[in-house]
Amino acid sequence: MSLQSASRRRTSPERMLAYGATVLLTMFMITPLYLITIAAFSQRASVFDYPRALFPTQLSLDSVSFFLTTHGILPALERSLLVGLITVALSLLLGCPAGYAIARYPFKGRDLAQLLLLSVRMFPALVLAIPLAVTFIEWRLFDTLWGVAFLHTAMALPFTVLLSASVFVRVPGELEEAAMILGVGRLGAVLRVVLPLSVPGLAAAALFSFVLSWNEVFGALILTRQSATLPAQVVQSLSVSPLPFRFAGGFALTAPAFIFIYFMRPYLFSAFRGVVGH
Amino acid sequence: MAEIRVETITKTYPGGVVALKDISLTVTDGEFMVLLGPSGCGKTTLLRLIAGFEQPDSGMVWIGGRDVTDEPPRRRGLAMVFQSYALFPHLKVFDNIAFGLRMHRTPREMVQSRVDQASELMEIQTLLSRYPSQLSGGQRQRVAVARALAMKADVILMDEPLSNLDALLRLQMRAELKRLFQEVHATTIYVTHDQIEALSMGDRIAVMRAGEILQVDGPMAVYDRPRDPFVAGFIGSPPMNLLEGEVSADGVAVEGNTLALDERDGLRPGDRVLVGIRAENFGVSHTRSSGALPGRVRVVEPLGSHLLLTINIGNQQVKVTTPVDSAVRGDEDVWVMVKPGSVRLLPATR
Repeated sequence: MSLQSASRRRTSPERMLAYGATVLLTMFMITPLYLITIAAFSQRASVFDYPRALFPTQLSLDSVSFFLTTHGILPALERSLLVGLITVALSLLLGCPAGYAIARYPFKGRDLAQLLLLSVRMFPALVLAIPLAVTFIEWRLFDTLWGVAFLHTAMALPFTVLLSASVFVRVPGELEEAAMILGVGRLGAVLRVVLPLSVPGLAAAALFSFVLSWNEVFGALILTRQSATLPAQVVQSLSVSPLPFRFAGGFALTAPAFIFIYFMRPYLFSAFRGVVGH
Repeated sequence: MAEIRVETITKTYPGGVVALKDISLTVTDGEFMVLLGPSGCGKTTLLRLIAGFEQPDSGMVWIGGRDVTDEPPRRRGLAMVFQSYALFPHLKVFDNIAFGLRMHRTPREMVQSRVDQASELMEIQTLLSRYPSQLSGGQRQRVAVARALAMKADVILMDEPLSNLDALLRLQMRAELKRLFQEVHATTIYVTHDQIEALSMGDRIAVMRAGEILQVDGPMAVYDRPRDPFVAGFIGSPPMNLLEGEVSADGVAVEGNTLALDERDGLRPGDRVLVGIRAENFGVSHTRSSGALPGRVRVVEPLGSHLLLTINIGNQQVKVTTPVDSAVRGDEDVWVMVKPGSVRLLPATR
């Protein structure tokens, strides 16, 4: 009761302004996505209409099914999914221990290590991809899913490390010590106490890694020939494909990220709330 | 059977902060030992060394006749209650209490009976299926103690367990914990900065300051016969009065008056000392008697059960407690008498 009345009282001008800004920002983000989506599900001819109808009158799966049945698209989708999952697994497996070390041990050069981690992101993918292609050819990783996944893992790691560090820092050290007194070692305390409490934050890191991998074009394009991921496959055929194909492809590239975000949403919000608040 | 012995422990933190200087302490089996001192005195560091969370630079830790200096916490046979309670938020109360037992692969029926037993002792049987976030501060405290008790460890460590409770609850828990630990008969080390808590609970109290143990004694001895000016000032409310004085042939001279002494601890006439007298060991009168010191009342504070007087004696000031019915007013000259046998001499090095 009191909570309700308190929030009702706060219908102040600032609050209205905040809501207005939120709506504007959301519109800015969602309009192109909306247009892509309705174009993907409209009849193929209506893509060329001008002015474009904001509400499609006749829905159709033609474009999407055309896109999906195009040669090489379904296997590419499957590869993208696999690369994304491998990236998530690897970046968590490598990133969490590093994040834990940064969170718990005040070792020499800790700040420098964090800075250097971020510096990986300074290099454009172009600078990395060419030497990487050469090396991968030598290591027989070229044109394999693992090769692409390794690149994506490297790209996702700085974020995974720093986010997991910020997640672990928020688990009180006394909880770990309590577990250790009660009969487990350091690793046991991490597995039984720290990790269960870190699920929301780590889910956010996993989400980020997956979306990064799903959307990454350039590295995937250079490191593959036969086994391109979906974005690489789409980009390769973009210039020679009809407009409906492009919209369907655009939808296919954005949709999984949205589905993923939808399911991760509660974890994501609590992770960001933890970073911002308290 | 678990005696705790700490031998010549030194601990320096990175950056050169000396936390513990050559500390030795023995806690006998079944004893309730309180580590008392202001924040930063090293009492928590000492507890964490005994728990195994910190490693000493030099020195040894023995528990139950076993050298555990290099053992991890889980192999030291301890239970611990943390200041923040450190309950696992993702586990229900039952699973919190059962955590340690399960880690030790205790059979299921045994886990059940131990949890029941511990929760009955702490009167939290109705809370077992709740999560810690659904409990009040006092209830969390009870769960934390129950979790330690369920281990049936020979040694229980407690790090300021009552400091997060409000005053009234703290008073109640203090008595309850004391009764509980008399029954449990585990060797207990209890860290606190609250001198009243220390006096009320400890079999013995180790008073610490700046990484050193100044005195280890029973509560009444620490209160009545402090061996160090710091101990005299830290324990008791108001703290012990410390007056500058000089040993004379027939007693000790304070502001030109002589107080009689029972013992003089090998001190010779002419030695400078601090004369310690508890506030309740003074008496105030309007008429002169032998051995009384002339003083002037500065402040009279009625505190319900007694009056707290601030009295100037020469250039020095003392706190005196008197019965509420004493007819003393502010800015009045009085004679201050000292109860026989209550004068303590302390080294004058401050």
